[in-house]
Amino acid sequence: MVYLAFLVLIATSATYFLAAAALNPRSNFAGRNPPPPPAVIDAQLTSLNLNDKTPILVRFGRWADGVLHGNLGLTIDHDSVNAEMGRRVGVSLRLLLIGSLLGSLCGIAAGAWSAVKQYQLSDHAMTLLSFAILSVPTVVLAVFLANAGASFNDAIGHRLVYNTGEYTPGLEAWSGADVVNRLQHLVLPSLVLILQGLAFYSRYQRNSMLDVLGSDFVRTAQAKGLRRSQALIRHALRTALIPMGTFFAYEFALIFIGSIFVEKIFSWHGMGEWFVQSIQKNDVNATAAIGMFVAVLVLFAGFLSDVVTVTLDPRIRRA
Amino acid sequence: MTQSRPLLEVKSLSVTFPSEAGPVEAVRGLSYHVMPGEVMGIAGESGSGKSVSSLAVMGLLPRRARIAGSVRFEGEELLGRGDKDLSAIRGGKIAMIFQDPLSALTPVYTVGDQIAEAVQVHQTVSKQAAMDRAVELLNLAGIPNPRERARAFPHEFSGGMRQRAMIAMAIANNPKLIIADEPTTALDVTIQAQILDLLLKAKEATGAAIVMITHDLGVMAGFADRLTIMYAGKPLEAGAVDDLYYRPRMPYTIGLLGSIPRIDAAPGTPLTPIEGSPPSLTNLPPGCPFTPRCPMRVDLCRKVEPDLVRMNGSGEEHFAACHRSAEIEQKNLTGLDIFPAPADRTRDFSRVSDVPVLRITGLKKHYPMVRGAILHRRIGTIQAVDGIDLEIREGETLGLVGESGCGKTTTIMEILSLARPSSGAIEVLDRKTAGMTAQDRFQIRREISVVFQDPMASIDPRMPISDILAEPMLTHGVPADERARRIGELLKMVGLRPEHTSRYPQEFSGGQRQRICIARALALKPKLLVLDEPVSALDVSIRAGVLNLLEELKAELGLSYLFVAHDLSVVRHISDRVAVMYLGRIVETGEVNCVFNHPAHPYTQALLSAAPLPDPRKERARRRIILKGDLPSPANPPSGCRFRTRCQKFADELNDQQRQKCIDVDPVLCEHGNAGSDHRAACHYAEGGKLN
Repeated sequence: MVYLAFLVLIATSATYFLAAAALNPRSNFAGRNPPPPPAVIDAQLTSLNLNDKTPILVRFGRWADGVLHGNLGLTIDHDSVNAEMGRRVGVSLRLLLIGSLLGSLCGIAAGAWSAVKQYQLSDHAMTLLSFAILSVPTVVLAVFLANAGASFNDAIGHRLVYNTGEYTPGLEAWSGADVVNRLQHLVLPSLVLILQGLAFYSRYQRNSMLDVLGSDFVRTAQAKGLRRSQALIRHALRTALIPMGTFFAYEFALIFIGSIFVEKIFSWHGMGEWFVQSIQKNDVNATAAIGMFVAVLVLFAGFLSDVVTVTLDPRIRRA
Repeated sequence: MTQSRPLLEVKSLSVTFPSEAGPVEAVRGLSYHVMPGEVMGIAGESGSGKSVSSLAVMGLLPRRARIAGSVRFEGEELLGRGDKDLSAIRGGKIAMIFQDPLSALTPVYTVGDQIAEAVQVHQTVSKQAAMDRAVELLNLAGIPNPRERARAFPHEFSGGMRQRAMIAMAIANNPKLIIADEPTTALDVTIQAQILDLLLKAKEATGAAIVMITHDLGVMAGFADRLTIMYAGKPLEAGAVDDLYYRPRMPYTIGLLGSIPRIDAAPGTPLTPIEGSPPSLTNLPPGCPFTPRCPMRVDLCRKVEPDLVRMNGSGEEHFAACHRSAEIEQKNLTGLDIFPAPADRTRDFSRVSDVPVLRITGLKKHYPMVRGAILHRRIGTIQAVDGIDLEIREGETLGLVGESGCGKTTTIMEILSLARPSSGAIEVLDRKTAGMTAQDRFQIRREISVVFQDPMASIDPRMPISDILAEPMLTHGVPADERARRIGELLKMVGLRPEHTSRYPQEFSGGQRQRICIARALALKPKLLVLDEPVSALDVSIRAGVLNLLEELKAELGLSYLFVAHDLSVVRHISDRVAVMYLGRIVETGEVNCVFNHPAHPYTQALLSAAPLPDPRKERARRRIILKGDLPSPANPPSGCRFRTRCQKFADELNDQQRQKCIDVDPVLCEHGNAGSDHRAACHYAEGGKLN
């Protein structure tokens, strides 16, 4: 545990130093017309703890002190990083949760089915589909679905699915109409995630299922009098889920840091989009904060994966 | 018994699997019947089709298998029925027990749940009632604290307990027929005796008939009423057990019986090996499949496959499939007449010198035991080996026997590591390993080599034979021309052709691969060969050849062997001296005849009485000592004598005062029997009792 916390510390510090060294907030003022006086720029940067005239170790010390007191500093636009992160984590979560869940479930089902039908037409079709999806970059898939959504709306002559934003402004928050509207916005990005989850997980689940299909215990289950389908679901699939635990743990922990391409293309203002924007805007504090957030999540995912594996596999449980 | 109709009737069953190399004919024309309440045995080596045929009866073969013939159960045809129909019979009227009870139980459900599931599939009872029944069944199967143990997962059970759970599951719905597929093959000999005993009890409790499938003719002898011997997918001989064991009429059966080392035979009795190995099941040539290995083959055997024909001379139901069985019957030919006896290798004890090759004194190996899935902490010590002494002299074979978990493997790993042991001393050729430098250790490694159990796993499948054999010599800097010469020499020595050097391991059969392993072990002309269960992964008919080879090599090269095995008959056959291990200690040691004829320690007595004999009459007449329970945990061995918790003598013969000594005082190995003999036993009440 201690050394894991130490790893988070190293990863976070490294991100800060890298961001502070590589990003140049001063250049943000360069293009302004009229150019602000250097003293004003310095004052501005100093107030954000971004002034490159302050030694980097001093800046880091100040930042680290804030972090230890729960304050991640200010963004380049003088907003609180804490507040912005809180808001954006919520957006990413709303965007990715349903899609990731459904994607994993579809992946498990498709993989298991593919394994049972090994080398039959449906297995080959599933394999082909998976590799087709896996080989298309997310950008292409997302843009394609965004356009397909628009064409679909045109075809039915009614705007059923939206391809930009999280919701249509103006509706009463979380009223029935608002929830329906939010779901209409969710369909297309979720579809991207579901297709990718299906393609990715089905490959692993297929292998893991094939490993147990020939097992003696599936045969025993049938010898007891279970039908083949019952034996496959109750005994084979349940056991084949064990090696998938690690994947799911990482997948779900990393939902919080968003998906850059899906957020960008469907214009959701989540963590992924923020990360790209922060770097573009030379926002050292936000970039370092995101770096720290990812480090903590990876640590948490590792822990979660242990918990999931122990829950799924009694052989690892000990008194 | 009333002349009822057969419970199960299998007629001309054949099973074919498609494969890239052509169809694999796994079963060809198998017919047998099982009467209610009887035990019908099917024996054969791996690949003979015995398991496939029983899976075909259960309808559990993969869909790609093509099955023909007829399987009638209670007069109704089972072949061709759908999964729904068959699942109503499976686990209900016909139950099955599989070989490896660890892989046969689902790892993620508790044992109780899995038995309760079997109950619920066939009976409409509540979950609670099914669970109660499961507990009752576990109790019936002899599991202590069944209510508590029902909540345990399969990995928390020992091998024997898992097989008990499997049997509990099989009898859950009072089946009419139990198919037991190698039910004791994965178990230790004392546990095997327990399970066979339980199977008979289960048979009595349910009145079920049993189809017993095994490769072990010893187990079969005492267990089955009638028997079918299968080879290459075909039944070669069938009949009552006595007929088959005492009047075999097919050369394969005769050869098989002659190739098994027997625990009641004097050491050095030659085994008659069957040359060659079983044929591939794709593109079988016409004629009898045993022809290439049969010393009695005639031209007809290559052309026409013989049918099973009734033998007139013996029991009314004795059939053999051999063109020459009438002749065998008439002349009453035995194994010694048919199979060429190997060269006489009577023991020459004068070869055994007094020079020790290996001496171990007070060796201990303790492992820390850790708990916790996420945070590990040490909670105890496993005393895998706890103070043993061994000595192997030049030209001698020491057999190290014991059940799994007794510390055999730890002992040989400690020897092979040549490191400083955590306690005690190991001396190789009079040099203590503790004080060795890395250079010394490297030099002395030439003198000890090892052959492992599984020849498939212990050679690299990507290396041709020449590279495999050259590797040890390359490591020790043998020059190239010398290496090439030695490789040819080694192959000839182990009975392989020197032209085979460029072949890869997969082109060889199991027995041949083990020969390659032996050749590799001999490459550097070692003094001592550590043989870790060298024949237990091999088929019965192959074993004799490898054992004979080992004996020849020893005589020729003056080798010493440390022969580790769990099979007592093999140990008796090959060893000069024997050491019996139990829970990290040696409990009895001595010259092999002394120990086997007059076992002094109750554990040795139990082991010997549990070892099955391929002799039906002797087997039926034997009084078996059936040990209670499993091996105690080596982390927490019993006080005083480690064997007392399972000791039949402690339980039945001793009085309380005598018992107290066993509880308080740890017995040491002390001389037993004639003064001056090295027969020693670690028991306060050791005695010389003759068994069998």
